Amino acid sequence: MDYFAQQLINGLVLGSIYGLIAIGYTMVYGIVGMINFAHGDIFMIGGFIALITFLILISLGLTAIPVILLVVLLVSMAITALYGWTIERIAYRPLRHSFRLAPMLSAIGMSFVLTNYSQVAQGARVKPIPPFITGGYTLHESPDGFVIQLSNIQIMVVITTIVLLVIFNWLVSRTRLGRDMRACEQDQTMAALLGVDVDRTISMTFVIGAALAAVAGLMYLLYYGLVDFFMGFVAGIKAFTAAVLGGIGSLPGAMLGGLAIGLIETFWSAYFSVEYKDVAAFSILIVVLIFMPTGLLGRPEVEKV
Amino acid sequence: MNGDKILTVDRLTMRFGGIVAVQDLSFDAERKKITALIGPNGAGKTTVFNCITGFYKPSAGAIRLAHDDGRVIALERLNDFRIAKQAKVARTFQNIRLFPGMTALENLMVAQHNALMRASGFTLLGLVGAPGYRDAEKRAIDLATDWLRRVNLLDRADDAAGNFAYGDQRRLEIARAMCTEPALLCLDEPAAGLNARESAALSELLLSIRNELGTSILLIEHDMSVVMEISDHIVVMDHGVKIAEGTPREVRDDPKVIAAYLGADEEEAVAVMESGT
Repeated sequence: MDYFAQQLINGLVLGSIYGLIAIGYTMVYGIVGMINFAHGDIFMIGGFIALITFLILISLGLTAIPVILLVVLLVSMAITALYGWTIERIAYRPLRHSFRLAPMLSAIGMSFVLTNYSQVAQGARVKPIPPFITGGYTLHESPDGFVIQLSNIQIMVVITTIVLLVIFNWLVSRTRLGRDMRACEQDQTMAALLGVDVDRTISMTFVIGAALAAVAGLMYLLYYGLVDFFMGFVAGIKAFTAAVLGGIGSLPGAMLGGLAIGLIETFWSAYFSVEYKDVAAFSILIVVLIFMPTGLLGRPEVEKV
Repeated sequence: MNGDKILTVDRLTMRFGGIVAVQDLSFDAERKKITALIGPNGAGKTTVFNCITGFYKPSAGAIRLAHDDGRVIALERLNDFRIAKQAKVARTFQNIRLFPGMTALENLMVAQHNALMRASGFTLLGLVGAPGYRDAEKRAIDLATDWLRRVNLLDRADDAAGNFAYGDQRRLEIARAMCTEPALLCLDEPAAGLNARESAALSELLLSIRNELGTSILLIEHDMSVVMEISDHIVVMDHGVKIAEGTPREVRDDPKVIAAYLGADEEEAVAVMESGT
């Protein structure tokens, strides 16, 4: 039971990170109907920018951890958002009215560009950082000596995710920008006729998705204590899977799918074999898609009249 | 037609490959009046609408919109969101194009994008809840509420628009177009699919828009009872050219119009025209 509880905590933390990335996939799919394959690499870029900002702040002699974290968070969100905006502007927008596969190919290309650019610019080695946030709580200690640990960093990841989701949900459901995004999602032509600048709204979608991915990158860096140029690939595919599992286009679905993938992966590693954790995650995806083709929370595609 | 013109279509021609959909069409729409564009199927009416609202770039000719403040806008040079933002032209389609997944109120709020955009200055200010933006948001809700009341849908403000009955969706669409606060409202077959009672309610709504708000309306319509009742001026098209124009009475009695409508079968044509009286 204790072991199970510990895995549940670990799975939820990992799932939070996947969920934050998955939102970026699902938002972009919802509004422009394409899979942004470079989104995983945006997450990686976010991790690197967080790392670089950390090192700069430390070399400037800053020691107050909360200040450092806040600055790193804001800087990596801002710069990664700029990456997201730029990628949309140069690689996707010119192809928006091209044939359906064109933006997807462009996205795959963009993914390689970001991976290789990071490898060249930052080197191929794994970049570690010293643990910033240490300590935690012992929730329960069983007689046979097993301890349920809840580390501070885990608490931070989950709280940050919840806060971001609350803000994000408010943004989408209550603000002008959110209404414009949903309107563009349903009928771009009509939205434009009502005066909504569709291009701008799509840009904002990429910016918000990239900012969330940057937070995920920062969380990953803090949680695992390292980044490398290739981490965007696997994390990206997992998050994409999470988005599909939850029902692509559905925002709560993306988060739910992220948590599901995180939990499946963690429990499989804990009870079966670590080597096959990805096999397990993707097998479950296949099973879900066979029986629920629109994912957990997805709506069936409505034929546009 | 010596009145104050809001829309001037000047020798508009639209070709698709070898096919001429609209040829050398000229007409005016007067300010604060209802102008109807009628004609048999395939006459090119919707093509004219698409040119006015920036979907098509005309092969030749000009479309000018004169605002109250004297600005004259060349509509053929605008497209996309600028039609609503700069030219203040709103339009509806033959088929209903509400945002089905959003509530009735939200549909009307999206239409006030530009008013809110001005108030928020730029996006981020609005997000942190700048006071000016809050006021604008409140005004937007007031305007939307006002329109929901006008079209008798106030009690369903928070229902998804896709769940509304057909006639309600039609009225909501007009309300949404009006929420953009247009200078010219273009309606493509607003009465299509409505029963007699709903058509009568639609006529009343359009007349109140003209009389109370002074919005100029250009409409395409096949339902002659609506056209004849509310139009101040009618332009008749057939095969891409204008064959007649005038008041409802003049048009109804025009033999060319009758002939165009039902070919040689004049008796039936007379029947159609008289259904409007």
